[in-house]
Amino acid sequence: MTSSPKKKAKPRSVLPGFGLSLGFTVFYLSIIVIIPLIGIFVKTSGLTPGQFWDTVSNARVVASYKISFLTSFYAALINLVFGLLIAWVLVRYQFPGKKIIDSLIDMPFALPTAVAGISLTAIYAPNGWVGQLLEPLGIKVAFTPLGITLALIFIGLPFVVRTVQPVLQDLDNEVEEAAVMLGAFRWSTFRRVVLPELIPPLLTGFALAFARGIGEYGSVVFISGNMPMKTEIAPLLIMTKLEQFDYRGATAIALVMLVASFLLLLLINYLQWRSNRRVVSA
Amino acid sequence: MHIEVRNLNKSFGNHQAVNDVSFTIERGKLIGLLGPSGGGKSTLLRILAGLETPDSGDIFIDGKRVNDVQPQLRGIGFVFQNYALFKHMNVFDNIAFGLTIRKMGKAEIKDRVHELLDLTGLRGFEHRYPNQLSGGQRQRVAFARALAPRPNLLLLDEPFAAIDAKVRKELRTWLKSLIAEIGITSIFVTHDQDEAVEVADEMLIVQQGKLEQQGSPIHIYTDPRTAFVAGFIGNSSVVEQPGSLRGFENTAYGAGARAIIRPEFVEVGRKNEIPFPSAAEKGKVRHVFFRGAHLELDVEIGDNRLSAHRSLDQEPLQPGEEVVVLIHRLYVISEESATMVENPLKVDPLPVHI
Repeated sequence: MTSSPKKKAKPRSVLPGFGLSLGFTVFYLSIIVIIPLIGIFVKTSGLTPGQFWDTVSNARVVASYKISFLTSFYAALINLVFGLLIAWVLVRYQFPGKKIIDSLIDMPFALPTAVAGISLTAIYAPNGWVGQLLEPLGIKVAFTPLGITLALIFIGLPFVVRTVQPVLQDLDNEVEEAAVMLGAFRWSTFRRVVLPELIPPLLTGFALAFARGIGEYGSVVFISGNMPMKTEIAPLLIMTKLEQFDYRGATAIALVMLVASFLLLLLINYLQWRSNRRVVSA
Repeated sequence: MHIEVRNLNKSFGNHQAVNDVSFTIERGKLIGLLGPSGGGKSTLLRILAGLETPDSGDIFIDGKRVNDVQPQLRGIGFVFQNYALFKHMNVFDNIAFGLTIRKMGKAEIKDRVHELLDLTGLRGFEHRYPNQLSGGQRQRVAFARALAPRPNLLLLDEPFAAIDAKVRKELRTWLKSLIAEIGITSIFVTHDQDEAVEVADEMLIVQQGKLEQQGSPIHIYTDPRTAFVAGFIGNSSVVEQPGSLRGFENTAYGAGARAIIRPEFVEVGRKNEIPFPSAAEKGKVRHVFFRGAHLELDVEIGDNRLSAHRSLDQEPLQPGEEVVVLIHRLYVISEESATMVENPLKVDPLPVHI
């Protein structure tokens, strides 16, 4: 006998290194993401429940949550529509300067957010290039929630474009032709055949833009004007608390944002899973 | 005439994909559009469907010119090579798509879809999604979907190309009987001549954008009109100098004429097996291939190589063996035409009268 009968042949996976790679993934996520996040909980736990509640239910804090989540939501929504449009144009049509436009899409990633914030403020302030045109119409952009949304649209732009683009590129042309041969004209072909295939990447892009918007600080602080109760975003409030050495207060606000963002992303992932299920799963 | 095409042309850049093609098709016929890959078959089909616009030429359906009719309104069903099913819709919704677009009533749609599910043997699968189906089932869904709006004409682009060999054979038979049952005029593209011969009522042979010949499979097989068709149909060997073959020395050949010889025109055997020894010549077996139901022999005669068949019942021949080869007939090919020539020595030189 060459092998002991007690030793059962272990079913081996064809892909090697599962244990090693999973171990590394968990370790890596721990030091990069999980431990810092736990730090927030630990720091916050220095507060009594009463103190915690007072901090997070303070009117100014609640207003800042509202501003942060609403402006991020609207910005992500606008990016959803126009990101799809831009991805569509970049994939479907050939035109001079296409490569340049394509690389412009990534600019908001590369540009320091403060630079973006300052330039947007300069342009949309009541005496700026665009601001002075809008002023007589009664539209104020800078130093209003509209301005915050604008800054968030700017920084969230690449997400939807870059998630939708590859999927749109891989769409089988024959599927649209099949719809045409079955009598569908352009709009119904788009709505019934193309759009459903794009929903998973659209949701991903939306979630990323939304999450990025909630945490965004640099570009917003300039254009928002930071008026308490009106245009003060939650991340700024956290900064303010930190500057006053109120670390526990800062982490308390952060904790609420963390939990809320996590729940929202979970919801979006669930929606995505639902729409993806039929197409991808076997 | 149901379908009529006149002087159709289409080029992509410098490539002439369809070159002055004209033909007519009778109602209810199943047409096989056969030719080598890249020969313009699919382009021709797509032009009929309206998915491509011809550079010139006219298409008539039921006597009405349809060049300017949008593909949505031509009343044509199209089955794509890779089925192009809607991945996010289940089988029912896929089949119902053409009816929903036409805003038919719910009950009416349900009846029609169920009718097609029964017809295609897909009953019970209506809630599955395309990725939960086998290749053959997807093909049936694509077929049912194309038929649902009751088109006048059904176009199929390489309908069996993506299916494995065994299922393909079943599907061919199924498709042929189904189309016969519905009685819809159909055109299918294929590069597989077995498929075309087996399924089609009539074949159109297309090469380099040109229509070479139209006719029933038997007609095309026995009477190829052009050099290309003679060489393309059947598993033919080409002989550059037909005058060198025994029995064909005195046939009149045009300049540059070649001969095309099909395996079934050639008889190979030991000396005592060949009926007209005087009409036969010596050769050598180079290779023997087992082809399931018969053996395929690769035989050398002088500088020429011929392909021949041999029954499994006959005594097996070994590679390298000296054999006698009788060429019953061949096609003489000149520039444009193909003529069949029988071996003139195949008459018994010394008839014995009793």
